[in-house]
Amino acid sequence: MTATNTHHQASTPQHPEKVNVRVLRQDGPGQPTYWERHQVEYEENMNVISVLQRIAAQAATVEGNKVTPVAWDCGCLEEVCGSCTMVVNGKVRQSCTALVDRLLEDNSAEIELRPMTKFPVIRDLIVDRTRLFQGLERVKAWVPVDGYSDMGPGPRQSRKQQEQSYPLSQCMSCGCCLDACPQYQKIELHRRPGETEEQFEDRKREAYGSQFMGAAPISQAVLFNSHPTGNSLAEERVEALIAPGGVQACGNAQNCVAVCPKEIPLTTSIGRAGRAATVHSLKKMFDS
Amino acid sequence: MSTQRVVVVGGGLAGLAATMKLCELGIPVDLISLTPVKRSHSVCAQGGINSCNEQTRQLGDSEWHHLDDTVYGGDFLQHQPPVKEMAYWAPKVIELMDRLGVTFNRTEEGFLDRRRFGGTLFKRTAFAGATTGQQLLYALDEQVRRWESEGMVRKFEFWDFLGPMQDESGRCVGVVAQDMVSMEMRSFPADATIVATGGNGLIYGRSTMSVFCNGGAASRCFQAGAKLGNPEFIQVHPTAIPGADKLRLMSESARGEGGRVWVPRTPQDPRPVKSIPEADRYYFLEERYPEYGNLVPRDIATREIFNICVNEGLSVEAGRMCVYLDLTHIERSELDRKLGGILEIYEKFQGVDPRDVPMKIFPAVHYSMGGLWAGYTKNSDGGLLAGDPGNQMTNIQGLYALGECDYQYHGANRLGANSLLSCIFSGLFVAPGIQNYIKNQSKAAAELAPAVFEGALAKQQERHAALLSNAGGENPYLLHQELGDVMTRAATVVRVNSQLDDAYSRVSDLHERAMACSLTDSGSWTNQNVIFTKALQDMFPIAKSILKGARLRDECRGAHFKPEFSMPSLTEEEPQARRQEAERWCDRFEENNKKFLKSTIATYDGADPKITYEDVDTGSIAPRPRLYGLVGAETIEQVWKERASAPKNVDKNT
Repeated sequence: MTATNTHHQASTPQHPEKVNVRVLRQDGPGQPTYWERHQVEYEENMNVISVLQRIAAQAATVEGNKVTPVAWDCGCLEEVCGSCTMVVNGKVRQSCTALVDRLLEDNSAEIELRPMTKFPVIRDLIVDRTRLFQGLERVKAWVPVDGYSDMGPGPRQSRKQQEQSYPLSQCMSCGCCLDACPQYQKIELHRRPGETEEQFEDRKREAYGSQFMGAAPISQAVLFNSHPTGNSLAEERVEALIAPGGVQACGNAQNCVAVCPKEIPLTTSIGRAGRAATVHSLKKMFDS
Repeated sequence: MSTQRVVVVGGGLAGLAATMKLCELGIPVDLISLTPVKRSHSVCAQGGINSCNEQTRQLGDSEWHHLDDTVYGGDFLQHQPPVKEMAYWAPKVIELMDRLGVTFNRTEEGFLDRRRFGGTLFKRTAFAGATTGQQLLYALDEQVRRWESEGMVRKFEFWDFLGPMQDESGRCVGVVAQDMVSMEMRSFPADATIVATGGNGLIYGRSTMSVFCNGGAASRCFQAGAKLGNPEFIQVHPTAIPGADKLRLMSESARGEGGRVWVPRTPQDPRPVKSIPEADRYYFLEERYPEYGNLVPRDIATREIFNICVNEGLSVEAGRMCVYLDLTHIERSELDRKLGGILEIYEKFQGVDPRDVPMKIFPAVHYSMGGLWAGYTKNSDGGLLAGDPGNQMTNIQGLYALGECDYQYHGANRLGANSLLSCIFSGLFVAPGIQNYIKNQSKAAAELAPAVFEGALAKQQERHAALLSNAGGENPYLLHQELGDVMTRAATVVRVNSQLDDAYSRVSDLHERAMACSLTDSGSWTNQNVIFTKALQDMFPIAKSILKGARLRDECRGAHFKPEFSMPSLTEEEPQARRQEAERWCDRFEENNKKFLKSTIATYDGADPKITYEDVDTGSIAPRPRLYGLVGAETIEQVWKERASAPKNVDKNT
């Protein structure tokens, strides 16, 4: 309740009056990047989102120059929707849970915000994560049910099975694991003169589809392969996992699991996917 | 006839459920959303989804009881046929979601586990940890992705719905939308359109809702002639974590799993919280409502917490209002298994582990029970006629409203764990009706004269261009903060007529100022400034409807509470006098129902919303007083039962 809880106590001595923020800006795809410095009033319990909200409202740099508001992506502000991923003080994370007090403990001079590094920048802190969702399509991350009529309950599952699947089903497609992965390379394409929008989309799709898919889709493949009905597509998923850009492209750097905000056991998933791929390849070798 | 398509605006539970069902019926869908649909705010629903089930059945539960709890919990303000249909479908909805792979919690034996939620005495709620909304949304998102891969769905994510397109008869024949990246505007011809864009919490500045829940889409339909139903009914959730940028939900499941709400009996007791002995703790919900305890319906819990802080001065902190929500008596492993997701949120944002220290929480704006008016067609059993095109259709032909952005199902107060159900149910149920609606159209929308679409597009282009060149000097972000402040003070937990009048004039003033915003970004690439300003301007017709609806409703019903018109407890001690007092209480209750047991209907002509009233279908369950916590409730109930069973043709006044 805004009316009753907007209670800003005077900043205690250990807090600065102002918070300095440095933002890496880019006006559009293919445009040059530039740093811009902003300053906002310190408030208790601030997070990076509230800092960006203040920056949008004042729309002027620390030097007093009028600028357009910084563009960023956010949604629920509860670390569930996966929208607000960016690189905060050098670490890829959700900006809603990036609390200003903590950031200032690490570096009291300044907070540094930049967009994710492995996705094409649309503007400022907003990136295009289409490729991530396409990864889910590559591994057919769904349960192929017959239809949506009333057919009774799903297959009975043990509590143990549920407890194994549940952490994987919490993946919010934020992209942290991909951004931190040395094997996941940025693909940035630009529309060619005379190319239609559809042709451009097709070209992007093809480029995305042949490169490393990264931890998130691999983990989803494992999730659906372990579901009693989802498992009927297991073979097709394994085919996708052994195709170019599949699980064998993983270099086992383990960065993914270190940055996952939901602590999903991604390397365990990759291990399981790798074993399934090996078994599948051997089987194919002997069958042929 | 060329292929008929449906446009679905909004990709939360309702929009996605409708999309996949339409695809199954062979109807292609254009799906338009402000955000990638997997990020829709349904992901944040935490606690669970209701249905009568095998366990509760054996304790005397039935679909009828689920219907009754919903209707009683909602203070009889909902049309009962849709609610009845929903309650009877609920077990099927949960089974379908189970088949789609939702990782519902399991019992030792492998059945779906259930928990209790407010407003019911049965353990009816299926859940997937404390992230049920996320799991349900993902299952539907996966199905829609499957259809997308087969070419049945075209997704337009990061697109803003600007308004419906209507032909000369007023029928909706598609939408105009804008790419939020390239700022390109485009018309989307459609044979039917679904708007499923969620609640309007952003009108209150800060709420538990996401930044997408700004009410803009519903308002654009409202301004195009669609009616609103019950706009004044805004649910304030009893337990949320106050924050500077938003208020974060702390799910009712925390109480469903045994969480206890209390304050120290001594104001701002200085002792460490864990060391305060039981005798010095005031478990006010348990004391005042022994039967339901911490699981009284949300409107009751909200008012009690508000009251304990505001009127009784027992807030846990001196400078800020909050009470304890305590889980520390429950085993850690149990908490992690059933509530992990929400406890992590508290820990991450507050820096305190709620497994060790009681959480500090306070009520927050949470759910819009009102929204776009939607119709229904009743069947002979008092439920809905399956496949009828009128189900969920707004008063604009061909324009449908679903989920939180429609006004059905919840009445004056939403029962916990019913919203996920209402969204998925209405999404699935509406599809065959839409199929029949578009079958009956003589001409596909794509074959209509281009002028119909060009006119609608031009209108939006004009609005956009005018905004970019506007030099009125007002800052949209600051105006939004002011709007939120006014709305939160006047139209949340307690409502007072003089304050509502004052708020209305202040909001009207802000409305005028919002039409004179200057943009700091007049560019044509990913201009969030202009998109926000449009949404802000469109908040006002809804905000005014909320205030006016609340001003005119001189009673207390569910989430709408006006102390001036509350129905008091009984004061007489002597049995005869007490009984007579109860008779008078019931007379007054009946009188009040004649006036206000009605849906509020708002229409908009560009200036001020007009309010009229429509009767509510109470065909299945006769209205009765909602008596939580009232002194003398037993006597009132007794009198009421006698009246209800008396022959109807005897009029006591003649």
